[in-house]
Amino acid sequence: MTKLDLARLQFAMTSIYHFLFVPVTIGLSFLVAMLQTAWYRHGNEAHLRLTRFFGTLLVINIAVGVVTGLVQEFQFGMDWSAYSRYVGDVFGAPLAIEGLAAFFLESTFLGLWLFGWGRLSKRVHLATIWLVALGAAGSAAFIMAANSWMQNPVGYVERGGRAELNNIWAVLTNPVFLWGYLHVLLAALVTGCIVMLAVSAWHLRRDSQPELFRRTAGLSLAVLLPVSIFQLMVGSHLGVVETTYQPMKIAAVEGQWETCQPCSFSLFQIGGFNSGDETPTKIIAVPHLLSLLATDSWNGKVVGLNELNQQYQQKYGPGDYVPNVFIAYWSMRAMAYLGTVIVLLALWGAWLLHRGKLLASHLFLRVAAWAVVLPILINTAGWVLTENGRQPWIVQGLMKTSDGVSPSISAATIWFSLLTFLLLYGALAVVAWVLMARYARKEVAPAPEVDDRGAPQTAMSY
Amino acid sequence: MSFQVFWFIAIAVLWTGFFVLEGFDFGVGILRGVVGKTDEERRVAINTIGPLWDGNEVWLIVAAASMFAAFPAWYATMFSGFYVPLVLLLVALIARGVSFEFRGKRDSDRWRRNWDRLSTAGSLLAPFLIGVALANLLHGVPIDANQEFTGSFLDLLNPYSLFAGLTLVLLCVLHGSTFLGLRTDGIVRERATKVAGRSSIAAGVALLVFVTWTQLMLDRGAIPDFLPAGAVLATFAVSWLVRDGRDGWAFAMTAFAIAATVATFFIDLYPTVMVSSTKAANSLTIQNASSSAYSLKLMTIVMLVFLPLVLVYQGWTYYVFRRRVTTADLGD
Repeated sequence: MTKLDLARLQFAMTSIYHFLFVPVTIGLSFLVAMLQTAWYRHGNEAHLRLTRFFGTLLVINIAVGVVTGLVQEFQFGMDWSAYSRYVGDVFGAPLAIEGLAAFFLESTFLGLWLFGWGRLSKRVHLATIWLVALGAAGSAAFIMAANSWMQNPVGYVERGGRAELNNIWAVLTNPVFLWGYLHVLLAALVTGCIVMLAVSAWHLRRDSQPELFRRTAGLSLAVLLPVSIFQLMVGSHLGVVETTYQPMKIAAVEGQWETCQPCSFSLFQIGGFNSGDETPTKIIAVPHLLSLLATDSWNGKVVGLNELNQQYQQKYGPGDYVPNVFIAYWSMRAMAYLGTVIVLLALWGAWLLHRGKLLASHLFLRVAAWAVVLPILINTAGWVLTENGRQPWIVQGLMKTSDGVSPSISAATIWFSLLTFLLLYGALAVVAWVLMARYARKEVAPAPEVDDRGAPQTAMSY
Repeated sequence: MSFQVFWFIAIAVLWTGFFVLEGFDFGVGILRGVVGKTDEERRVAINTIGPLWDGNEVWLIVAAASMFAAFPAWYATMFSGFYVPLVLLLVALIARGVSFEFRGKRDSDRWRRNWDRLSTAGSLLAPFLIGVALANLLHGVPIDANQEFTGSFLDLLNPYSLFAGLTLVLLCVLHGSTFLGLRTDGIVRERATKVAGRSSIAAGVALLVFVTWTQLMLDRGAIPDFLPAGAVLATFAVSWLVRDGRDGWAFAMTAFAIAATVATFFIDLYPTVMVSSTKAANSLTIQNASSSAYSLKLMTIVMLVFLPLVLVYQGWTYYVFRRRVTTADLGD
């Protein structure tokens, strides 16, 4: 493997890994904040116990999310120094703002929340968990602003062999950013809800503390249903946004080699993923659906890969500008189809809840517990889709991925770090998973003793 | 004052903040087995930094991100050039970070001991590697006319930088011990005070050698400036202060010693950010490594709005957790 392949592999691996934990952190912190708010408002001990129960899961997850985030920040300079030199003027700013405005908030108030039980008043302590959630969501905003700039560079001028920021407002109102960020935020909420639902379902099926877990099953379903439906709509609109700003990505996602109007959408296809094999066997093709998804109109035109490739060759010089079509096609479908499964699951659960039969349906509880794998697959597919779809560019239209890699390092050096992180991350995954599973299956601890202000005395100390 | 100068100062301030705050976290991480003989005592030690370490580590993240934003070439050359030590640093920080959360999550002595070992190793390795990396900026490494690092891993392991790493570790041990002296009680505090008394001498001698070495390396004669001299004196003063039971003053002195040492380093470095040992003209400076005026202006506004805010809420955190930690504070 070349240096470029290794650097890409390392970035893909560490990013996917990091993003296993990020959406759980964002989603679950909001849900835990809601539980604690319920306790603050109504004083029901059940909510307090559940807050601390799911708070423990949240903290195990945050630990891994935070430390793997460090790797992401260092990696740009380590593996992608040519990229960093070229884009630092634009790309560095959102990263620094992320740290200053959001990550400081999240980390500081997480410590206050964990250790502040009994030291802070109930009201202030409640505020700390909301600030943790806010900080986590804010972090994602700046990271997405930076990433969206790579997808659709705006607000810059090329000067002295590098991109220089000249309009931060354009960067922060980049349509790819606004829709992409909403998409990520909703994905995080869906993930948090599924985790809470799965844990609750596991307990309910075993009749373990149903008086507690029916509450969290209800809460997670109540949030999941609207959010997952809204997410499908946002995801669908993001397709239209991409058609405008990254038409190559959309053409690759549909394996659409020739320009079409109107365009049909294939549910599955066999073959057709290489320039040597451009006529796939479409298993089910829904007429007009691609036009609708990609352009929001019944007879919309989708420009094909070949035509776009020719346009790019004229504009940027000879070369192959088509990303990996197979990965694009299937990552998008994995995301969309499994996302639909989550909506169906939410509908099923909401209907059972409405009929008062949630606790009796062992089938649903079993399925819901296993559903915890769905957001993992969906989130990964989403990132694979968006990053693979931008290739061969590292910054769309400005810099190719192959030009971004560090000139001063050797393939052997990247091998060293790749294997180091592979081993470390593998071990960490096992430990984190075992701990999460162990704590998720524990009984909810009784409420801690409260002081005269009604605040629990024991902190969740180390 | 140009924006470049402002941002050089801002980055120096961020690194100083990082070492003053995370410095005692590292120290506590290193010393937990020394001051805590039983699991309860070790937990007391860890819980003094429990609510704080995560927020303190963000100073490192913001320092690195600020280098990326304000001086992209500095970030690019340094991070790609110092590749191997940075991989090891990440491993150390990861091991240390998760061990805080994981160690108490299983009721097994072996489990806790293993996480403690990892955490201690990480807490030792991290300041050492950061010390080596930063010292190399001043010592000089091979950099060509395209601002690319042309050396190898071995170029980074020069005696000056290795000694800087060692000095920093000793300062962190000292800083951690005075912090523990201030934040614990009973036997843990007694042991921490004893460590402070001893490491004060060791760290003082190391710092004196390091300061003199730096002076000689930069051709400035053996007599140091006021600031580094103050750092050395403060380090030695700790041994008297802890003997008199002046925990607050001892901690203030170690905080000052670390801050003054880091500040001196950046003053010595200015206006260069990375010295080229190949050719002086290849050195990275605040001029040839910086971002555009627009970007720096924007970041200045962001910094001036948010950093004071961060100082307020982090300061408040320290106020909330000002009490000494005892075994009675340990929860479930």
